[in-house]
Amino acid sequence: MTTVVPTGPPAAEQPKLATRTRRSAQTHSPYPTWFYLPAAVIYGTLFLVPTFASFYFSLTRWTVFRSTFIGLDNFTEFFQEPALVKGFVNTFLYAVATSGLKVVLGLLLGILLTSQIRARGYLRSVVFFPVLVSTVGVGITFTALMDPSTGAINSALSAVGINGPGWLTDPSLALFSVALVDVWKGVGLATVIYIAGIVSIPQDYYEAARIDGAGPWQLFRNVILPLSWPATSTVIVLSLIGGLRSFDLIWAMTRGGPGFSSDVVASVIYKQYQAGFYGLSTAGNVILFLVVTAIIVPLSRFLALKEVER
Amino acid sequence: MKNATRTWLGVLSVAVSLVVFVIPFAFIVLTAVKDPQQASRLDFSWPHRFQLVDNLVQVVQARDYILVIAFINSVILTVASVAAMVVLGAMVAFVLQRRVTRWTGLINFLVLSGLIIPPAVVPTIWVLQKAGLFGTLPGLILVEIAFGLSFSILLFRAFIATIPRELDEAAVIDGASPLRLFFQVVFPVLRSVIVTVIVVQSVAVFNDFTNPLYFLPGEQNATVQLTLFTFQSQYTTSYNLLFMDILLITVPPLVMFLFFNRQIVAGMTAGAVKG
Repeated sequence: MTTVVPTGPPAAEQPKLATRTRRSAQTHSPYPTWFYLPAAVIYGTLFLVPTFASFYFSLTRWTVFRSTFIGLDNFTEFFQEPALVKGFVNTFLYAVATSGLKVVLGLLLGILLTSQIRARGYLRSVVFFPVLVSTVGVGITFTALMDPSTGAINSALSAVGINGPGWLTDPSLALFSVALVDVWKGVGLATVIYIAGIVSIPQDYYEAARIDGAGPWQLFRNVILPLSWPATSTVIVLSLIGGLRSFDLIWAMTRGGPGFSSDVVASVIYKQYQAGFYGLSTAGNVILFLVVTAIIVPLSRFLALKEVER
Repeated sequence: MKNATRTWLGVLSVAVSLVVFVIPFAFIVLTAVKDPQQASRLDFSWPHRFQLVDNLVQVVQARDYILVIAFINSVILTVASVAAMVVLGAMVAFVLQRRVTRWTGLINFLVLSGLIIPPAVVPTIWVLQKAGLFGTLPGLILVEIAFGLSFSILLFRAFIATIPRELDEAAVIDGASPLRLFFQVVFPVLRSVIVTVIVVQSVAVFNDFTNPLYFLPGEQNATVQLTLFTFQSQYTTSYNLLFMDILLITVPPLVMFLFFNRQIVAGMTAGAVKG
């Protein structure tokens, strides 16, 4: 590991003294390098080594017994098999849908729950609590609530005369339904991030805007929205990371079905692993890695840049 | 805001919150106390018969007390991995924040990578197998530590930045060794952020489904989240027991929420903004 390498002398040090100070810094520093060691060993062997190994194994046909090098075959298979392509596309749809809804709803709830509304404490708690509940439990519960014939949602809809759709049984709707449940569970986190952002806006801005005669819409458009920008970029980045990697909710609710209509890369990885296609499964991991970094790294750069400009 | 507006907006919000957020939980509770016939209809209705104790006993006894074993496993998993995340994470964050070297940038990069990069599943299994830890609780504990360290380090580093260096210097002048400096001087000062890390990470580890699914296969050493999964596929007729299981699993996070609401929210927003 890189972390156990001894440190160089401070730049300001005289060159002659350098050797001596280096040794004494190494033995007497109150901040010893070996403090990194236990964490580095665990993190290195169980996170970094597998991550690097995945690049090699994704290029192999890998079964229980052995792995043979086959070049890029796994990747071509990934992008030719319609079921796998579907999973790839769905990953983007799911991430964009959940993150967009979380931004909009989180911002609205954040504004509502920082205003002088009655029952504010109760509302904040009830919106946030689902964040802490088991994802699989939530998935099973909503699978029952979304049942086309007996589920509570469609019963309520039919009471007002609407024929509710088959939320999880209609292939064109299943992924979207799961995304809605994801938003239900995750909007509390977006909301508390927005609450923290909105509360930190200095009161002076509101007063200045009011003196200038700004109405509620202008207050929202010109004060709250730009000044809570750090919260927005945090919510976007966090929910995109979560959405692109999402597995447990989809698995609990649809197992990627009906057919492959709600498969995402993470569920493809699990299915290929279960089927014993370890190389293909790992190729899925590498694709997910590339997608996540290709989106998140430039995006967070861009968002940080906009933050500075404002 | 005018008083009338406050009131009707409040009433409206409470009404919406009841429909959107409270009904799903009410559904869990109601289904958990129903008899099997009524529960299997999976509709939102008032139970004909309340059999809370009956269902509780049945779900606990099901499949040779698998739920009890799972709860013990989950508690061991959570306590061990969170304890390690706290101690090891704080040690890294302390040195990382205090001493800037040419490696600092690389280490920061690795910490951030841990938050962003999705773990490579099968290669991790491969490493665990080589170490003889695949399918064992210690193996899963180490995996949870590896995946949770980054978030802990970020929270600790932000907090340590607010502790004045004079504290360290005074301790060093008094002759404290690095170990004493860290464990007896700095660690106690970290108390509030330690509580935050413990609460946030223990909820995360307790609720984790994906990692136990991959790294702790087998019926006998399940964690609580996996029991939901097995109950779901095997007890398709006893929905009352399935939802009783969900109810039981929701209790620990609920207790955490009631006692540590502030720390949870603080930790999640701070970690989010810093990350």
